[in-house]
Amino acid sequence: MELDLKKLKLRSINETLQNLDRKKNERDFKIINPEGSHALCAGLTEDMNINIKGHVGYYCGGMNQKAHITIEGNAGTGVAENMMSGKIHVKGNASQSAGATAHGGLLIIDGDASSRCGISMKGVDIVVKGSVGHMSGFMSQSGNLIVCGDAGEALGDSLYETNIYIKGKVKSLGADCVEKKMDSNHIKKLRKYLKEANIKNLKAESFKRYGSARKLYNFKIDNLSSY
Amino acid sequence: MCGIVGVYLKTKKFEKDLGKILSGMLNNMESRGPDSAGFAIYKTENEKKFKYSICLNKLNFDDFRKEIIKKVKKPTINQYSDHIILTTSDEPKKVIKVINSEFTNISLVGYGRSIEIFKQVGNPKDVVKKFNLETFSGSHGIGHTRMATESAITTDGSHPYSTGEDECLVHNGSLSNHNNLRRELKKQGNIFNSENDTEVAAGYVSNSLSKNKSLKDTLISGLKDLDGFYTFITGTRKGFAVVRDEIACKPAVIAETDDYVSIASEFQAMAHLPSVNSAKIFEPEPGIVYSWGN
Repeated sequence: MELDLKKLKLRSINETLQNLDRKKNERDFKIINPEGSHALCAGLTEDMNINIKGHVGYYCGGMNQKAHITIEGNAGTGVAENMMSGKIHVKGNASQSAGATAHGGLLIIDGDASSRCGISMKGVDIVVKGSVGHMSGFMSQSGNLIVCGDAGEALGDSLYETNIYIKGKVKSLGADCVEKKMDSNHIKKLRKYLKEANIKNLKAESFKRYGSARKLYNFKIDNLSSY
Repeated sequence: MCGIVGVYLKTKKFEKDLGKILSGMLNNMESRGPDSAGFAIYKTENEKKFKYSICLNKLNFDDFRKEIIKKVKKPTINQYSDHIILTTSDEPKKVIKVINSEFTNISLVGYGRSIEIFKQVGNPKDVVKKFNLETFSGSHGIGHTRMATESAITTDGSHPYSTGEDECLVHNGSLSNHNNLRRELKKQGNIFNSENDTEVAAGYVSNSLSKNKSLKDTLISGLKDLDGFYTFITGTRKGFAVVRDEIACKPAVIAETDDYVSIASEFQAMAHLPSVNSAKIFEPEPGIVYSWGN
């Protein structure tokens, strides 16, 4: 089914997708003329395939469950924000806070993601084929952030248990973020993500893994003067 | 919040459509700033004379006309709602003095050989309509829709701010050291008409440009001297520049084609631009100054 944002209101498109008529078995949708609209495809809860032809605004696919969304353009702030499951594929670049607080699912960004990619992520897997901006993985708690390009300043600042894999250069590491050893399990997992994102030219072994030094987990009396 | 927009035309192809392009952009940024709106348009014709953009506030147009023709040399006066564009060969020094001493209730919102500025409280759609922005042509333009935070909803609190000849600045964000900086700049002779933080940023730029620093170098030193959150668009007679602070919480998207460069807080403001879908679209990186035409 084709949904045209020039003819239909954003709210009516979202409502159609949020309240799928199960009797009709309609599961494939194409959205045209998104023109940077905000909150497009937010709050979906069913299995379906959506192809968005063009650039979207803020929070596209926010809170997504089960749906597979492809954006054939750029995405604004907070794409896949708080995603629970499903898959969102951005074919262009993503703005700041991509995948913020997301609990599950897979977010693939073919281009670059700007600052704070994966901020406070809680279990989502994010694959960025380009580079990420500053403070990516800030306070991230769980899941995997895979970056095929470079990372900006303060990568993984104050992170908990997220695994961050970077192929290129890291401008600087944030507080409590350190480089960690890659064992065979990590390589195996990373191979799986690269395959899912259809990345064939990069070897899992060529990435570096970063994670928490776990020194901020507990209060240390030695740090008292810093407060 | 606030919405900021700007268009710089690299070729003459869209000069006649500049007002139409800019008004579409401002209308689309209504959701980011419903309190007031304003815009600056740079026109290339008649650069031998000076143009003064004046908001009459409550002063009657005929009363103003009667008085001003006695005081400045051969003025032409064009009225756009409560704003007028006064064109004369008289130098700014003289005209500013006349306006400040003889007309206490009107506001000079900008002046220069090329710039025309219009700003007013109200919904952006109404402001754009009121000044007939769609009919304007020019080489580049900058606009703003305001959600007031740092000072009251007044004409003086509206953007763009112009604190020097053919200069203007719009701002999305807030500055935290504007009071200190205002005091410093006042000591150096800058004049401020409001308590607004953005006017201080505009004054900072004018002060630096008056010392023959380039716009790009001015904005680079501004990254150290201006504390707060910001995306700025600044305009001069020859071009414009964009800069975001290093934290980069305030958004900005640039779309560039062979014919134009446009910038807006959100892509949706640019969705109606000619061949925007084949434009190079990118976000200006934090702490980097981007400039065109200067």
